[in-house]
Amino acid sequence: MSRIVIVGNGPAGYRLAQLLGARAPESDITVLGEEREPAYNRVLLTDVVAGRLAAERTHLTPLDRAGVRVRTGVAAVGIDRHRRVVRAADGSLHPYDHLVLATGARSFLPPVSGLVGADGALAPRAVAVRTLADGRRLERLLREGGRAVVLGGGVLGVEIARALTERDCKVDVVHRGPHVMDGQLGPDAGRVLSSVLERFGIRVLAGRTATAWTGDRLELDDGTELPADLLVVSAGAVPEVELARRAGLRVGRGIVVDAYLCTEDPRIRALGDCAEVEGRVSGLVAPAWEQAEVLAEVLAGVLAEAPAGGDLAGKVPAGGGGRGYAGTPALTRLKARDVDLVVLGEGDREVPGSEVVTVADAARGRYARMSVRGDRIVGAVLLGFPGCVAAVSQLFDAAAPVPADRIALLVGAGAVDGTADPAALPGQAVVCRCNNVTKNDLVAAWRAGARERSALVRATRATTGCGGCGDAVADLCRWLGAADGEARPEPMRPALAR
Amino acid sequence: MVRTHCPYCALQCGTRLEASPSGGVTVLPDEEFPVNAGRLCVKGWTAPGVLTAADRLTAPLIRPRPGAARQPASWAAALDHVGRELRKITAASGPDAVAVFGGGGLTNEKAYTLGKFARVALGTSQVDYNGRFCMSSAAAAGSAAFGVDRGLPFPVTDLAQAEVVLLAGANVAETMPPLMRHLEGADLIVVDPRRSATAEHAALHLSPAPGTDLALALGLLHTAVADGHLDREYLDRRTHGFDETWRCAAEWWPERVERVTGVPVADQRAAVRLLASARRRYLLTGRGAEQHSKGTDTVSAYINLALALGLPGRAGSGYGCLTGQGNGQGGREHGQKADQLPGYRKITDPAARAHVARVWGVDPDALPGPGPSGYELLDSLGRPGGPRALLVFGSNPVVSAPAARRIADRLASLDLLVVADFVPSETVELADVVLPVTQWAEEDGTMTNLEGRVLRRRRALDPPPGVRSDLWVLRELAVRLGQPPERFPDDPRTVFAELRRASAGGPADYSGIDFDALDTPAHWPSRAEGESTPRLFLDRFAHDDGRARFRPVTHRDAAELPDADYPLYATTGRVLAQYQSGAQTRRVPELTAGAGEAFVEVHPDTAGRFGLADGGLARVVSRRGGTVARVRTVASLRTDTVFLPFHFPDAGRANLITNPALDPVSRMPEFKVCAARLEPLEEPPAETGGGPS
Repeated sequence: MSRIVIVGNGPAGYRLAQLLGARAPESDITVLGEEREPAYNRVLLTDVVAGRLAAERTHLTPLDRAGVRVRTGVAAVGIDRHRRVVRAADGSLHPYDHLVLATGARSFLPPVSGLVGADGALAPRAVAVRTLADGRRLERLLREGGRAVVLGGGVLGVEIARALTERDCKVDVVHRGPHVMDGQLGPDAGRVLSSVLERFGIRVLAGRTATAWTGDRLELDDGTELPADLLVVSAGAVPEVELARRAGLRVGRGIVVDAYLCTEDPRIRALGDCAEVEGRVSGLVAPAWEQAEVLAEVLAGVLAEAPAGGDLAGKVPAGGGGRGYAGTPALTRLKARDVDLVVLGEGDREVPGSEVVTVADAARGRYARMSVRGDRIVGAVLLGFPGCVAAVSQLFDAAAPVPADRIALLVGAGAVDGTADPAALPGQAVVCRCNNVTKNDLVAAWRAGARERSALVRATRATTGCGGCGDAVADLCRWLGAADGEARPEPMRPALAR
Repeated sequence: MVRTHCPYCALQCGTRLEASPSGGVTVLPDEEFPVNAGRLCVKGWTAPGVLTAADRLTAPLIRPRPGAARQPASWAAALDHVGRELRKITAASGPDAVAVFGGGGLTNEKAYTLGKFARVALGTSQVDYNGRFCMSSAAAAGSAAFGVDRGLPFPVTDLAQAEVVLLAGANVAETMPPLMRHLEGADLIVVDPRRSATAEHAALHLSPAPGTDLALALGLLHTAVADGHLDREYLDRRTHGFDETWRCAAEWWPERVERVTGVPVADQRAAVRLLASARRRYLLTGRGAEQHSKGTDTVSAYINLALALGLPGRAGSGYGCLTGQGNGQGGREHGQKADQLPGYRKITDPAARAHVARVWGVDPDALPGPGPSGYELLDSLGRPGGPRALLVFGSNPVVSAPAARRIADRLASLDLLVVADFVPSETVELADVVLPVTQWAEEDGTMTNLEGRVLRRRRALDPPPGVRSDLWVLRELAVRLGQPPERFPDDPRTVFAELRRASAGGPADYSGIDFDALDTPAHWPSRAEGESTPRLFLDRFAHDDGRARFRPVTHRDAAELPDADYPLYATTGRVLAQYQSGAQTRRVPELTAGAGEAFVEVHPDTAGRFGLADGGLARVVSRRGGTVARVRTVASLRTDTVFLPFHFPDAGRANLITNPALDPVSRMPEFKVCAARLEPLEEPPAETGGGPS
């Protein structure tokens, strides 16, 4: 029985263990999680901050029933690649045939005086937002209606800021770049986003860095002092690569792996936030999950080729015959209530050879810019267009052709007015769909003597199905009555109704 | 004047029939029957047309030897022939070499007798029915959640008081128009990939990509919880298993659901807000949610949502499934299903076997065990070890089964195919023996409509000479298989009396229902004389501890997704003027006038991309084959999706392309989504062009 050890119980490690439990049921799978918490859904941390979900509500289904051993509160501290054993902080040893590093990332703590104590822990009333423990700490520190400063106006910073306003906090966002989410947005969209955030009580202080945290205020490089009950640090994440580095594996920005998520050691693979896959480090959950799908298939294939131990190098292809990871369409969807923002592909950057579709109403917080090349979406920023985010995202993900009417895609087709003036209705128009009764049929029945609604109904069966045409028949009846038999069936015209 | 019910859908609209001087009957909607209260759709109005169909079957037909043309025969000759062949096949290959396929349109008495005939006269386990293609996912999910499956556990008329109704994959404005009157007062949330006729009436239309309904349902539960709409008191008092179910839904936050389904976050929230804002609200599912390889899980996800909001078993609110076929409810209760005995009993339950065997006067050990499900049964026909003979009653699988060409090949490979029907359906065309039987206005019996109400079908006119009732046919065949005639009565009243005893004590208990008093509402269960249960679950659910069960489910992709070769989703469904395989409605000129030809709905952009024009012909091709349909461009359709109604025959069968991937629990095939492409097609020279628009 092959032993698989997964280091990390975050989204990537959890998903991989779940998939392997199903696809390689004969293997012995162990997950080592440094946090004491059972596996949880990190994406829901903002819901915890916003007070919508209790911290426990982020817990995921335990994997023990899927035949997976999960050890929480067990930090891996060393890898003996020669003997193929992982050593944990509690002294336990975990031998492996295949090792997967899903160590994730940790919060980047910027050099701000007073932010980190001598013990390396964050100062009182300062909190990062990465783990569920962070979320619980934030919950304890949070005062409804208090003042908070969010340090770092990237995607997470904006989400946290918006979540804090749901607790009626006054929020300042301090951001080093020229505008919030400058990694994703150009200046125009960034400006509109700032104005949207302002409406929720969020003040954006861009182009500034924090110099010191005193415990009740944050000092900035321009001399500004921001009083705060709470400092939330969201200044980015750093891939957690120490374990790999100490084991002598190649490390760039992350642990270097190929398309099969394999390091230079055929027994060791890596995925998720800690991995640098063909030069790219992602930091989002969707690529981590896709990598887990690929790796589960790859490992199942490798296990089928080489079920026992021994030297793998040169014997089994790294891919085990499976497909490699081909990348995930780049899509950032802001998770902030009533701030509908998606950035996909090249965002609002100029894309050579593309046509550009824009709709903007900055004063009302709406900005859309979409680049289309060869009928495919190559980039878009949609802010304040809640109705089209889904459709545009799906077209982008599927690399499907964009509808010819680009504007309708963004703003929706104009609603068709269902009410019609009886006089203007073409004779062939179907009034009662259920019984296929046209205006001509009703007029003919009138002329044959059916001079009130009930008689028209008896003669034509109109209204007797779903009844939705009741008003239309009544209107026609009144119109016919007013015209007193003057009406003639209209000449043939194409039907408007289906 | 005779009071009876429409022959088509599960609403079973009340009608009044008057014998017309020309020989047929005329129909009027029954003002007093509360389900339709004077309404009727065009199918109901024109139903007498089927009675007088020009090609009505009126004499048995026999194919004397393989490959020969069929010839009219006397009843005695036909029945003797079938009896002889069946005995021969059974003797050579065992009782499972003969299979039976029933239908959800058969009366309770026929469905009951058909199951009994299979288990007792044939001794075969190989019996299932077309309800497998219709109700099975909702039935499985409903039973798991509530301990019993009755489509609507409340009368249809309760819906009239609703403030909000969510319809998941149910196009009722098209498929059961008279139901709309009960929904007039409610804000409708319609979940459908298409802007259907029902969606046109909606306060909110959610349009998920085909095959992603489950993700949407999980997302709605997620939002309901995150936005604080969980009914904790109800959960604690009346349910089990929320926490585990939540842990699955926890992975389906709104933005992820948006990317997978294409339903905007704002619309997900609006739907939950609408549901949460009302006191009287219902969640109803239809085939759109159910006909998937994950249909059971999808229905469970909607039931989970309903339970989280505290709706089922509460007066004025609830969850229900909109049963489709005329006797889709009764037809799944009385033993024509592979795993069931009458009264909705499990054939694997020793106590159920003992009870039913006692009523039938046979040894319980002689009853066969569970057999394969509908599609699996059809797909095994004529294969090594599979059945060599098939008896079909009330079904047209050549048109209605998925991967239709494959199934037609299976039927053609049989040693003996016997079909009882009243018109020459496409399945009749393949039959070696054809047995002409009675239809709705020519017969007595009972039907159970979508609200679990047992109704009287009444005879209004004599059947054409040469036509016999299904019950008579089954009795005569049973006798030829060595059964005592009194074991297979052909009088519906007598059969119903036996059905009452057979169902007594089962989940669908009819024991207290009086055949002659059915104008008074009689909703099962009826355990004591005259007892009716219009509303289930008000005090307790049917599980032993009285609590409903959450069922943890999570989303998975459709069995087949669009790719470079087949870049579109194809989804199938119904239109107003046709019913199911169309065997009946295609014979009514008034119905075929507007909807007589296979068509495919395509977004205008998509049509352009594939070189198609509105009104032209197209071949819609999947990995299973191709079907021919006339193009209708529909601007409201998703650009990645085409829609085909499945009512049409021959080269226009939508089921030529559908994917027979099965739900692991209900064994429902995936009618609602497969990958397809479009190809332009030259107009055949015989056609004069134009066609309906």
